[in-house]
Amino acid sequence: MLGRLSWAAIPLDQPLPLYSMGVVGLVILAVLVLVTVKGWWPYLWREWITSVDHKRIGVMYVILGLVMLLRGYSDAIMMRTQQAIAIGDAQGYLPPDHYDQIFSAHGTIMIFFVAMPLVIGLMNFAVPLQLGVRDVAFPTLNSVSFWLTATGALLVNLSLVIGAFSRATWWGYPPLSEIAYSPDEGVDYYLWSLQISGIGTLLTGVNFVTTILKLRAPGMTYMRMPVFCWTALAANMLIVAAFPVLTATFVMLLLDRYLGMHFFTNDLGGNQMMYASLFWTWGHPEVYILILPCFGVFSEVAATFSGKGLFSYRSMVWATLGICILSFMVWLHHFFTMGAGADVNAIFGIMSAIIAVPTGAKVFNWLFTLFRGRIVFTTPVLYLIGFMVTFVIGGLTGVLLAVPPVNFELHNSAFLVAHFHNVIIGGVVYGALAGYNYWFPKAFGFTLDDRWGKASFWCWLIGFYLAFFPLYQLGLMGMTRRLQHIADPSWQPLLLVAEAGAIVIFLGILCQIAQLYVSIRTREERRDLTGDPWNGRTLEWATPSPPPAYNFAVLPRVETIDAFSNMKRRGQPPVEPSYEPIEMPRNSPIGIVNAFFATVVGFALIWHIWWIVILGLLAAAVGILAFGWSENREREVPASEIARRERARLGLGRPA
Amino acid sequence: MQDWRYGTPDAPHHPAWNARHGTRRSGWRRWPSVCAAALLASCQQAGVLDPQGPIASQEQLLLINSTAIMLVVVVPVILATLGFAWWYRASNARASRSTDEGYEGRIEFVVWSIPALIVILLGGVIWIGAHQLDPRAPIPGKADPLRVEVVALDWKWLFIYPDLGIATVNQLVLPVGTPVNFRLTSATVMNSFFVPQLGSQIYTMGGMTTHLNLMADAPGEYPGFSAMFSGDGFSDMRFTAKAVPAGDFDSWVAQVRGTGSALDDAGYAELAKPSEAVPPKTYRSVEPNLFERIIDQTVSGSPLPDPPPHAGEGRVGAGAAWCPPIQQAGG
Repeated sequence: MLGRLSWAAIPLDQPLPLYSMGVVGLVILAVLVLVTVKGWWPYLWREWITSVDHKRIGVMYVILGLVMLLRGYSDAIMMRTQQAIAIGDAQGYLPPDHYDQIFSAHGTIMIFFVAMPLVIGLMNFAVPLQLGVRDVAFPTLNSVSFWLTATGALLVNLSLVIGAFSRATWWGYPPLSEIAYSPDEGVDYYLWSLQISGIGTLLTGVNFVTTILKLRAPGMTYMRMPVFCWTALAANMLIVAAFPVLTATFVMLLLDRYLGMHFFTNDLGGNQMMYASLFWTWGHPEVYILILPCFGVFSEVAATFSGKGLFSYRSMVWATLGICILSFMVWLHHFFTMGAGADVNAIFGIMSAIIAVPTGAKVFNWLFTLFRGRIVFTTPVLYLIGFMVTFVIGGLTGVLLAVPPVNFELHNSAFLVAHFHNVIIGGVVYGALAGYNYWFPKAFGFTLDDRWGKASFWCWLIGFYLAFFPLYQLGLMGMTRRLQHIADPSWQPLLLVAEAGAIVIFLGILCQIAQLYVSIRTREERRDLTGDPWNGRTLEWATPSPPPAYNFAVLPRVETIDAFSNMKRRGQPPVEPSYEPIEMPRNSPIGIVNAFFATVVGFALIWHIWWIVILGLLAAAVGILAFGWSENREREVPASEIARRERARLGLGRPA
Repeated sequence: MQDWRYGTPDAPHHPAWNARHGTRRSGWRRWPSVCAAALLASCQQAGVLDPQGPIASQEQLLLINSTAIMLVVVVPVILATLGFAWWYRASNARASRSTDEGYEGRIEFVVWSIPALIVILLGGVIWIGAHQLDPRAPIPGKADPLRVEVVALDWKWLFIYPDLGIATVNQLVLPVGTPVNFRLTSATVMNSFFVPQLGSQIYTMGGMTTHLNLMADAPGEYPGFSAMFSGDGFSDMRFTAKAVPAGDFDSWVAQVRGTGSALDDAGYAELAKPSEAVPPKTYRSVEPNLFERIIDQTVSGSPLPDPPPHAGEGRVGAGAAWCPPIQQAGG
């Protein structure tokens, strides 16, 4: 009746997960009670949960990413603590069974449910505004995408309470992830949550490629698009090309696990190397899916806060596209040590090093953007400087790892762990936080507190160096990754430094929370009445903060790059005052309804409860069909309402 | 008696460990010197910066050369970033400003040329290095290579010396100055065979063979381990690579042949069962073609843990394994 599910799945005998479950449960309960008591449900349902507005969905993605950052971070600090104390004969406080789940969950969550939502959230929020349009190409699909991503995150976290998560690392390499070596539900939690969120991500990719190619403000040719839109286009093309590979790979592993097939098993013709190859065919483009939009954020930040245009826009665009294509030609460098021939290793090593050329050109372009600028040291600029310094070091160690013989010595070492945290924290996290600070006033109509923002930056910067530079050293000393306990006591001092670094990063997270709290408390003093708090250059700053659902009362006409900057220089009003009614998509519950059934189906698949799987799939299909047949999906905003709003806004004394 | 695992607190045989241990008491005021000492000391420790064979030495040289080549660009970029950010701060009245992008084709050319030149240089290094240090490439040497067959098991290493007819577990004894030709496979999940001080690692995979050639230049005990996560016993899946002079190696072989049990099918079936932190062991003889039969999976004894549960049996594995690994005393 309930498949493999039984009371034994609840870890009542294990104190640590039980406590964390209890705390998380209490927090969730408290939030639900608060929302209910305050009567916020109708508001949340109307304005957020069923919203198809790209800005609202973007904000929800960022919230999801930040909440999951807390989960991913708690995994991180548990690992660091375990490694700092489980040395010599000491076994620490985490047995292998639990430790292995923690590092598997940490990687899975940080990549799929922190980095991806943050980056997709920023793209959701900013791309349509920068393109000068009213929404993405398929607004309801956008909501479906978000809620499927949230479903994946929910399923991963459900494994805390019911059953166990995967112990087979975030790669899920077979044969360890095969049923023979991982017989319980852990790998199934990993696979199904990523399958479901992967569909959401793929739909996002389709949505954004369509939006950027087909929906742009009049006059916005490709070479007038803001660089962030270019990087978003490149990232979403990568999503469309790479995510189906991941889905197909996981389907094969699922067939092995559920139907006893032999795609990747040791025996009967299975080939585990094929999984590695397919996984990284997705996995390497994935890191560029994350980093390219962050390059875009930094390009916007560098230009805006230097008060001058981006140095060599054209080469930034070509560098972005170059990285986009090259990212598909390097995946083998993740397994140089699998025994490929020298020619193959050499070619992939050289291809990997070649990616450093467009990336290096980008760094120089940011540098020359700062040159002769008037740099205003806001929080995003600190992240930019911190990024440029940190990222080139990560690039250096990355190219080192691309030299096959060096890779033979450092593959899977703490050095590698330090390298990818160097580029992911120094690139993606700094980029996402820069974007968060940069676009927050646009989203909410008031700026974030700069002092707390800067404090957070310094913690993230110092914390990163303290946490990961010892790991570079430890990797050279022969420390491999994923050790539950450590034999060599001479590693302990460096591991303690790394632990201290992780704590400093936590202070950074606390400063971010304080920043948000203080900023909300003092929001009246920090209102952004102009819509353009940073003297911005691109079209999102031509709208009021926060923008109306339709973004632009009249679609702007674009004549140059840095369209808004050009409008301000020419002194013409940003919009022309002849208003027409605007067709906007209606809110739709299909996203959350679909996600509800996806959660049920995913859970039932994990626990082999087949009748629920069938019912859930049927219900989801009915929901989608019902939405497909509904006709009343759009509403019209009358011209009079737009005119009233615009007059009120312009009456505020905006410097036109 | 020395613990078989390397570097336990009871056996601070390495001078660097003593040096660091002494300075740790001197308090926080001296922490910069402690850090510097730690950095220096760690350079001499059992890692890739302490090579003990030709492969590891060449790889270390590549590591250092490639780093140096890149630092030529990276250091100026970091300095320029900090310098530009500081000088062009909005409050600096002396800085000259520009409001347009200040585009110049010449700068653009330089911007692309610098990383391109570095990468062309490194591309050469990569091509030559990948071919010279190909794990399959035999190491030229006076002596004939010693053949060793490596099998990764849950969670220990089996070393078969096919020409000598002996086998060991978690202990790899090698004659100094003799090239060693490894053939590797796994009787379980993927692992990676790695002795940092001797150089290259290589994956071991079920049903497949990989090849690796290494050599030790100096006698010593070098830690080896699996560099690819393989399950609960992974952290203890360590062994010692012991490089001994050629004469000592022959007497060691003679000693092994005279003691211990034979590695036959029954012995292998017993060995293949999952176990953790396994102390070193030797076998006086080994079934011929055992390595090939492990690859073909025609040897008796399933390395697999318990068979997969039937649907409906509830949670298996996770709850049962919820205890620390069994610690076995070293011997």
